[in-house]
Amino acid sequence: MMEGLNELSFVLGGINHWITIFLIMAGLYIIVSRSNMIKKLVGLGIFQTSVYLLYVSPGKVLGGTAPIIDPAFSEYSNPLPHVLILTAIVVGVATLALGLAITVRINEAYGSIEEDDIYQGEDWT
Amino acid sequence: MIEQFPAIVVAVPLIAAAVCAIIRHETLCWLIALAVCFLSFVGCALMLGIVQETGPISYDMGGWAPPIGIELRIDELAAYVLILVSLVATAVLVYGRQSVRTEIKEDLRGYFYAMYLLCMCGLLGIVITGDAFNAFVFMEISSLAMYTLIALGADRRALAASFQYLIMGTVGATMYVIGVGLLFTITGTLNMIDMADKLGPLLSTPTAIAGMAFIVVGLSLKVALFPLHLWLPNAYAFAPSVVTAFLAATATKVSIYLLMRYLYTVFGFAFSIEQTPIPQLVLWLSIAAIFAGSLTAIYQENVKRMLAYSSVAQIGYITLGIAIANATGLTGSLVHIFNHAVMKGALFMLVGGIALQIGTVRLSDLAGAGRQMPMTFFGIVLGGFSMLGVPGTVGFVSKWYLAIGALENGWWLLVILLMLSSLLVLVYMGRVIEVAFFRERPAGAPVLKDPPKAMIMTSWVFILACIYLGFDTGFTVGVAQDAVSVLIGGGAR
Repeated sequence: MMEGLNELSFVLGGINHWITIFLIMAGLYIIVSRSNMIKKLVGLGIFQTSVYLLYVSPGKVLGGTAPIIDPAFSEYSNPLPHVLILTAIVVGVATLALGLAITVRINEAYGSIEEDDIYQGEDWT
Repeated sequence: MIEQFPAIVVAVPLIAAAVCAIIRHETLCWLIALAVCFLSFVGCALMLGIVQETGPISYDMGGWAPPIGIELRIDELAAYVLILVSLVATAVLVYGRQSVRTEIKEDLRGYFYAMYLLCMCGLLGIVITGDAFNAFVFMEISSLAMYTLIALGADRRALAASFQYLIMGTVGATMYVIGVGLLFTITGTLNMIDMADKLGPLLSTPTAIAGMAFIVVGLSLKVALFPLHLWLPNAYAFAPSVVTAFLAATATKVSIYLLMRYLYTVFGFAFSIEQTPIPQLVLWLSIAAIFAGSLTAIYQENVKRMLAYSSVAQIGYITLGIAIANATGLTGSLVHIFNHAVMKGALFMLVGGIALQIGTVRLSDLAGAGRQMPMTFFGIVLGGFSMLGVPGTVGFVSKWYLAIGALENGWWLLVILLMLSSLLVLVYMGRVIEVAFFRERPAGAPVLKDPPKAMIMTSWVFILACIYLGFDTGFTVGVAQDAVSVLIGGGAR
């Protein structure tokens, strides 16, 4: 019975990590398996989102409050991960915007956004 | 004034990029970019002087002391790479005005220089920062600018190449930041030196090892270490000539710098090299890179793509020093960072001149061009000698150190492999020379002449540097040896 509880807390206690791992793998799988460029960018977005969770979730201190100094509280959550991830979100948005812009240009130039079509009909050497 | 230099060399290109994007006047933007790059170069050179005299410079960004604030930190290795980046950036701008005019649409040229400055700012930032997350931000600044620069290529294949690089580059950068996140959760700091201190007792924990694995794989993608090099050949082959010359000489080198920073400063030589399988892994991957890169280069029709595959091989030589893991091998590695930048920069510049005059860089179109463009092709011959490692050129110096380093480990087989790999260089560079000099120019083909003076002269400054630095190794080897003693002797303290 106790063994079962331990396993349960292993699964539930690290739920944020399980979700992070799932997002990493799902994102990478989409990037590798899809030939459609928009879908690849979606995969990339999911992959980057996993990082946000990885950073933000350990920043929460159990029982701590928002990091605004006040005599009534003594424990605060760590604000640094949130700041970092705000930056990372901006980077992610910029990457997505650029990726979509290039996809538009590719569609104009090739008439397709499937990587298979683009790589087949062209001499790359 | 001089104590503000670390911030200035990064901040000024960033502001100038915004100014260029607003002005958009071609000549004005070019002048601004040139002035900024040159000033950065002067700043970096002065900083190297200070570092050599008084030791590493530490600069508290915004007045916040590390480890809370972001620290800019310049030691000898950083100053060495900074000089390389700003020097190449300046030279390529002097070289590239004409090339930009032919290859990039008129209304985009102002933006081109803005992106160029952003890219340089990012690359300098990666090297100068002492903060793990800050390095990620600068990495993305430089990468996003690079994707844009590559997509500006005239050919539509440039777009596909840029997209491919965007996907792989972002995966690499994200893996890097996952690794940093894992290290942050156990150390609670982002300052690299502080992190190194706090990691000491935690190095063998699974979190630290997982973090290390993510960082090494992520950065290897950026370095284009075989077999993670797939983005590189197309990106270099179809980017505008100016961009190729700049990227080939700087982008991968900066990533290698960051990789070394992690292996030696953050994780420490004793752990990364002696307690993990990284040296063995890097050894086999480097050998594979050298041979696969060179062999593939032989079968390329497009000269730019051929040189790009050759870059994959040359990156193998640089990472080989990490695998050899003694002072001599690592010196060879650091020297090759500079030497390869000089010779590949020169070759890509000369090939850019060919693209300008002939309009294509396919081997079949170069038949007999050697006699009509003597300065260009004579330069390529000398650059080829340097790649081959002929004594008296820079290529020889770095291979010499690598070979001696391998012998110190008793790896004589590796020395034989190094020599064999040089023969492959002879084959692919020989093909270009054979086509250009020993084939007849097809009847009725237009008469060619060398590209404009600015292009020839800058390329030749680099070619002559290949020979000069092959004889006078005081700067490259001297600085590299100092840097190595710091890296191996317990990190940059």
